[in-house]
Amino acid sequence: MKLLTLNFLTCARKACKSTTLAFPLRPKDAELEIVEADLEPLFIRNILPRVEWEALRTLCQDLGLPQLPPAAPEPAALFAPNPSDPSIPSDKLVRPGKEGEGEGEGEGEGEEGAPTQTLKDLHHVLLETTIREGKLVCGNCGHAYAVKEGIANFLLPSHLV
Amino acid sequence: MPQYLVRLAQTHESFRKAELEALAELAGIDIRFDFYDEDSPFCILALPSPTAAAILIHRSILSLSIHELWAQGTDYATLHASNHAASSIFWPHYATSSFRFTLDSYRGSRSTATQRTIIDSFSYMPLNGRIKMSNPDLSLTIFEDFATGSHEPRALYLGRLLSLSGRIAKTTYDLKKRAYISTTSMDAELALVTANVALAAPGKLFYDPFSGTGGFMVAGAHFGASVWGSDIDGRSIRGKGGKAKKDVVSNMVQYGLTSRYLDGFIADLTNSPIRGARGPGEDAARGGWLDGIMCDPPYGVREGLKVLGLKRDPGENRERLACVDRYMEEGYIPPKRPYSFEAMLEDILQFAAVMLVVGGRLSMWMPTANEEAENGEEQKELSIPMHPALGLVSVCVQPFNKWSRRLLTYRRLSPDEISPEALSAMVSHKKRAHGNGQNADDLNDFRRKYFQGFKEPET
Repeated sequence: MKLLTLNFLTCARKACKSTTLAFPLRPKDAELEIVEADLEPLFIRNILPRVEWEALRTLCQDLGLPQLPPAAPEPAALFAPNPSDPSIPSDKLVRPGKEGEGEGEGEGEGEEGAPTQTLKDLHHVLLETTIREGKLVCGNCGHAYAVKEGIANFLLPSHLV
Repeated sequence: MPQYLVRLAQTHESFRKAELEALAELAGIDIRFDFYDEDSPFCILALPSPTAAAILIHRSILSLSIHELWAQGTDYATLHASNHAASSIFWPHYATSSFRFTLDSYRGSRSTATQRTIIDSFSYMPLNGRIKMSNPDLSLTIFEDFATGSHEPRALYLGRLLSLSGRIAKTTYDLKKRAYISTTSMDAELALVTANVALAAPGKLFYDPFSGTGGFMVAGAHFGASVWGSDIDGRSIRGKGGKAKKDVVSNMVQYGLTSRYLDGFIADLTNSPIRGARGPGEDAARGGWLDGIMCDPPYGVREGLKVLGLKRDPGENRERLACVDRYMEEGYIPPKRPYSFEAMLEDILQFAAVMLVVGGRLSMWMPTANEEAENGEEQKELSIPMHPALGLVSVCVQPFNKWSRRLLTYRRLSPDEISPEALSAMVSHKKRAHGNGQNADDLNDFRRKYFQGFKEPET
């Protein structure tokens, strides 16, 4: 189960929907696996505003992954400056984090120019880092959902429905 | 706007127009239907340019190709006259191009000799280039449309080939060649059409709440969308087989779509873990974060229509239920109860209204008994479930013998399109008692009729 998916899920119990405690679900005894995936720059750009950044940071912390910046990257930080596009002011293109790494992959180059390291890092966290085995625990009711072979089970026993 | 001829597949007729309209919307192309008939595989569109025409058709499943319309007529005399009048301006441009002529007769056939005579009758066109049967610069097709049983065509067209469609995907994704399918997997052609009508495209996020073996996810990913799905039946997601395991993931591997497949998880739509699925309250006026939803919900005939919960209310024995102390055990399977089909449709619409982005689409399959549909338009309209935050975009029908299924497509309306009165009326409308303790037949009209052979019970 990818960390992106986890960012879109919360406790299945109706009683937990109205509280902020239920989100994000906290991983327990999680066994991580890196599954390589092709970069989909357009998808990452579109999905970024829909990600709950704070929840993603908490999750990375819980899992012992490298710390994420306090705020989600700006869309302009995802693509390298495109010299043919003067509409983007150059001060918007200053990238946080590392420079000059992993460039030169032709894939996914669109109108926006080459994907930056910021985008690749996001891709790695959201789409390549997966929970293979473990439990997801609701911070409100404490119910634990099992993840087996990367598939989470959100079915509830009848007394919790 | 210039006219173009679309050569349609003569199948799933009621889906064809909906597909073309959806593709035009997706590509932001102005489209006008100048001629369209369910009984004809030829459709004339007015479009801004040949480039727009090629873009429009390149991912269409229910058309074969698009052509620049050079001439049309009701017999060869009028076709030639029209050719002289309308297309002679094109001729000089192709004076030295390699070219070929082909004849496409619908519901009729011509002997090789006659074909040759017909093609030779165009020899007045000043085409001096080489004849080349494969990949010529100019590919002209003479289309003949015969009425059933007639020996003379009722309509004729001449067109220059601009682009072939994406119909080849129908063969690529054929279920017969797919590793992991089940009895209720959606036919590849219709799954792809569903993805087209739902506007699946690169960068978008699509979800299927009844994913099964993942047919819609495969179709959505084929068109570039990132997809995820859930199912109440974990077996369908986990797949089967030991070493050579077949599951949704292996299907994605088979088609090289793994990077667009996000995840499958086990969940029940009525107790969905999806963030925001219940909204703050039941406020459907809030925009969501899904770009599209495609689904074929269970009809309760070949697969059970169930949700989480107990069939009978345990009453005072509630605390003595086995689940209370056993549910954390390995291999515990939560009990499920039958659910009403109508209630499920309501739930899907409510889910879509809350979760879709403005303009996002819900494409959902729904079965109907044919006699119901034949009781006149009014009745037909009534049986289509509606939601104040969703506008009906298209209704496509796939008829079977005694029943048919429909592909209903809705668009999430923008807040200023939604009538606040209708929304508050819906929220206050108390949900019907989708009761406990009722059997599947009571809850599902369609199922009952299906097993009664669609006959009215004798009274």
